[in-house]
Amino acid sequence: MTADVAAARQIAEAVTDPELPMLTLADLGILRDVTCENGHIVVTITPTYSGCPALREIACDLQHRLTLAGFAGSTVRTQIAPAWTSDWITPDGRRKLHAAGIAPPNPAAAGAPPPRGPVPLNLIMAPRDPVACPQCGSLDTAATAAFGATACKALLRCGTCHEPFEYVKEF
Amino acid sequence: MTDDEFTAYHDLADETGDHRWAFGTGFTDPLEGIDTSVPDGVNAAALAAYCLMLGDDALIYSHRLQQWMTRLPELEEETAIANIALDLLGQARMLLARAGRAEGAVLAESTGLAESTGLAEGTGLAEGTGLAEGTGLAEGTGRSEDQLAFFRLEKDFRNVRLAEHADADFAQLAGRLLIFSTWRLALLGRLHDSRDPVLAAIAAKGAKELAYHRDYAAQWVIRLGDGTELSRTRMQAALDTLWPLVDELFRADTVAGDLPGVAADPAGLRAEFDDVLSTVLAAATLDHPGAAPMAEVAGKCGRDGVHTEALGYVLAELQSVARAHPDAAW
Repeated sequence: MTADVAAARQIAEAVTDPELPMLTLADLGILRDVTCENGHIVVTITPTYSGCPALREIACDLQHRLTLAGFAGSTVRTQIAPAWTSDWITPDGRRKLHAAGIAPPNPAAAGAPPPRGPVPLNLIMAPRDPVACPQCGSLDTAATAAFGATACKALLRCGTCHEPFEYVKEF
Repeated sequence: MTDDEFTAYHDLADETGDHRWAFGTGFTDPLEGIDTSVPDGVNAAALAAYCLMLGDDALIYSHRLQQWMTRLPELEEETAIANIALDLLGQARMLLARAGRAEGAVLAESTGLAESTGLAEGTGLAEGTGLAEGTGLAEGTGRSEDQLAFFRLEKDFRNVRLAEHADADFAQLAGRLLIFSTWRLALLGRLHDSRDPVLAAIAAKGAKELAYHRDYAAQWVIRLGDGTELSRTRMQAALDTLWPLVDELFRADTVAGDLPGVAADPAGLRAEFDDVLSTVLAAATLDHPGAAPMAEVAGKCGRDGVHTEALGYVLAELQSVARAHPDAAW
């Protein structure tokens, strides 16, 4: 069964995220485990945010791809601990985000609002560290909205090339 | 079906036989595959009641935030409030599912379900809902998130009264979000090492989300408070209106008292809350509100199922479709 699990893992890793279709589940870091139980493949994924509406679609996608590859009767489980962090987006994933015009996240440990830390007194919810513009590389960028089209993104604008762009928040 | 023809739509349609599928439907148990057994020595009935409280706070407040959609002053605030409401809805789903599983553990232990009236006492869980029939309760599984959200009566909801308040203007939205997220962040921050690993995991995830909510709210309170004379007046009025609902957040409740090492003592959150509020209000040049707490009714308030008039309107909207079509699936 070992070889089968490896093959199933390869398939699961290649499934893409419906809201960030340039990223695979492996790139995004939400694929937690692929195992075999009683002859059936069990895939464990973790949500990025508590209310992520894409999780169900991802689960269906996983089951479908596995079925097509001959792994009938697979199940998809959710795991919530440890909580997903944007640090789990792989270097490959970061390259793909950048290529798609989305700025990849800064390290979460340094940048995310620390739970129970002091409340920042900004008028703009700016990322702690400068975010490089994915178009021109300038660090002269500013946040225009703290929340974007999906839970995981904010909106920024470049002060050099003036392009607006999305930023995957450190989380 | 070839690989090329594949879409998630086809797959979901095949699975459910329902071709009206849309993104965001087809909900499954948010705790599927997670070990939800109640740890040894933890009072399962109290755990169910506690998760119901925290879940109801998130569910009802999320609904109030959703009511702001299409009414906010700028598109950026629409996406922000939608995202915040979605985070809270996600927390609510997991917490209600956790409450249902813990409830199931209680029911599985008790023999002779019909006679076990002691269970409902004090927790309000099964009290008067008439749900035990035909819902799988008799099999010891507890209620699902949908049953808890859509088929409970007003008096069975355990949210604090702050959650059900209807915002009269954007200043109240900002002020209430600051109060709610500061309080809930302090609360969830203390649950990350809860003896219930499921609650701990939900809290650890939620705390990261709430840190963003709190920052967003603080930013608006400062901008409005330290803004024009009109915006300052309205921001101050909003906080004065909301302040009577603040004391209840820190009120001792017997459920948390029954869960040592699992739940957080509400009173213990006050210092952190006061610190954050003082800091933000000072930066916003706002006066610290001094309004007296809203009265309790015979010593009872939201956590006891005694609510303001506002909750009835929330539930009428939230539950009407599910109650009109109790056999519908989504």
